[in-house]
Amino acid sequence: MKNLNLAVIASLLVLTVSPVLYSLSANAADKETVNSVATLRDHTPIMVQREPNAIPKVINKDIKQGRNYPMQPPVIPHTIRGYEVNKSNNKCMSCHSRHRTEKSQAPMVSVTHYMDRDGNFLAEMSPRRYFCNQCHVTQLDAKPLVENTFTDMHSLMKEKSKAEKH
Amino acid sequence: MKNIIILGWQTLKKPSAYYSLGALVIGGFIAGIIFWGGFNTALEVTNTEEFCISCHEMEDNVYEEMKATIHFTNRSGVRATCPDCHVPHNWTDKIARKMQASKEVWGMIFGTIDTREKFLAHRRGLAENEWRRLKANDSLECRNCHNFDYMDFTEQSERASYQHSTALADGEKTCIDCHKGIAHQLPDMKGVEGW
Repeated sequence: MKNLNLAVIASLLVLTVSPVLYSLSANAADKETVNSVATLRDHTPIMVQREPNAIPKVINKDIKQGRNYPMQPPVIPHTIRGYEVNKSNNKCMSCHSRHRTEKSQAPMVSVTHYMDRDGNFLAEMSPRRYFCNQCHVTQLDAKPLVENTFTDMHSLMKEKSKAEKH
Repeated sequence: MKNIIILGWQTLKKPSAYYSLGALVIGGFIAGIIFWGGFNTALEVTNTEEFCISCHEMEDNVYEEMKATIHFTNRSGVRATCPDCHVPHNWTDKIARKMQASKEVWGMIFGTIDTREKFLAHRRGLAENEWRRLKANDSLECRNCHNFDYMDFTEQSERASYQHSTALADGEKTCIDCHKGIAHQLPDMKGVEGW
């Protein structure tokens, strides 16, 4: 009887302590692997004001960049500080619109920007495509938080045909 | 009334009977310094940003809009105030501009642009006045600080150095032709060249 009592107490002890131990070890693992991309606060205690990161600069090289994922709207390779895109003006269109590209030699906006949602062509830019920054963004000269493993379709097909040849 | 004018003229015409020539010359000289100095001091007071934004029309509209632009805040801390761009630095041109500005006093008194809505309605006209002035004087107020001779094209972005070394260099374009709306928001640009 005494032995049984001891066994019960021991098992109860194990049951109560093991989740705590387990969660402790899991937390440690979390910090190293699962949470390696931290929030902007970066594990700063709630009562402490974190020193903010330096703001990276906008890439202003005017060199077209590849897409980072399928169907990505082309990114803007120059600064757009002070560019107005509002009810009365669209600064982007002063270079990229269809009647300005000859003078500016900037890439022309695609014809889809002149189509309404039913596919009808309009004389002016479609209102749903008017606000450039909804899709097109500048890039910052910063270290990416996560690595991008995107491979576009053409490289995939090339690899496949190469593999088949061998 | 006519008698008073005639009397005054006759007094001025008469040689001085009581005061020595020296007193008149020295007195006139000192009075000249006081009046001229006072005039110039008053002129300079009207040529400060504090004076410009003492009217709410300027403070609530154009000054607020300017705060976000590079001419107000930037890496080196050099900034342009209202008169740097809007008043010629040359004395005769400055006086001419100041005389034109009397119309702005009229506008202030009668509230031509005393609400945001009225200001926006007038914006295109106001902007065109400034574009016309800068176009006519080859963007003189820009060039008071931005001297073409000392521009380092290698420090500029590719697009900027191309445009500056071609269109700007051969005088085909002047600063304001491309750099509209750099310090304040733009009006509706329909029909403006280059838009």
